[in-house]
Amino acid sequence: MTVDLSHYLAVSGIVFGIGVMVALSKRNVIAVLMGVELMLNASNLAFLAFSRFSGAFQEGTEPLAGHTFVVFVLTVAAAEAAVALAMAVLIYRKRETVDLDRISVLRW
Amino acid sequence: MESTGVVVAFYVLSGLTILSALSVFLMRNMVHSLVFLVSVFLGMAGLFVTLSADFIAVAQILIYAGAISVLLVFAVMLTPLASRDNANSLYVGPGVILGGAIAAIVVFTAIDVEWNQLTGVALEERGFVSTIEMIGEQLLGRYVLAFEVASVLLLFALLGAIVLVTNRDEDDETADGDADEAATTGVAEDTV
Repeated sequence: MTVDLSHYLAVSGIVFGIGVMVALSKRNVIAVLMGVELMLNASNLAFLAFSRFSGAFQEGTEPLAGHTFVVFVLTVAAAEAAVALAMAVLIYRKRETVDLDRISVLRW
Repeated sequence: MESTGVVVAFYVLSGLTILSALSVFLMRNMVHSLVFLVSVFLGMAGLFVTLSADFIAVAQILIYAGAISVLLVFAVMLTPLASRDNANSLYVGPGVILGGAIAAIVVFTAIDVEWNQLTGVALEERGFVSTIEMIGEQLLGRYVLAFEVASVLLLFALLGAIVLVTNRDEDDETADGDADEAATTGVAEDTV
């Protein structure tokens, strides 16, 4: 019994699907952000699995490009979380709600 | 990946991760689903360790389980109790169908495709020496432009977050003050 690339990709796909569910079907702005974080994490797992198992790159040419890409994904995720949570707090301050079904207009 | 320890660790960690992710979806209280989200992050970090990605695993714990989850806790705590339930919107049916379809497609593809992957001895021979050193060389070598752009992006994101949530009451007061000044000067001009 061994673990190979397909197992990691399957876990990544399942977590990504759950992230899509959370992001699409939650009312709370912060819950939607949690779904987005789940999706980003699943993509990180897929990157690292490919980086570990891929035989496409010869030894020494592009050894850890997947790891480097994950570093950038982490950076963008941190920036996105900071800005989006600031916007959530701002929307709450203006509208007294974080219910996405009630924040459906572009101006008021 | 021959050692049984890695196999057991993979199954335990992936089970923990997937069950916690499902709990994030199913919990009725935002705070509970937040705790399960932290559990997902930690399980993911463990999966990264089984992939020999030591630096990324530590960074994952620091950034996700540390910083981002604290940000989310603050956001939850800054909104009132009334909006702290994790209710589903009207689109829960399409959302669940779409998410399940994406997961099913990816899992089917992952299992069905014959991947060009290293296994057994070839994987052992390609063993990683130190991921930190190689990541550092790539960040400051081939990907240095993207690295700089990422730093600028972080700077502006944090500045933007601060600007967004700054309370503008003082601005309003100064605007009123300006208006008052203009009114008084207007009166003064009239009298002149």
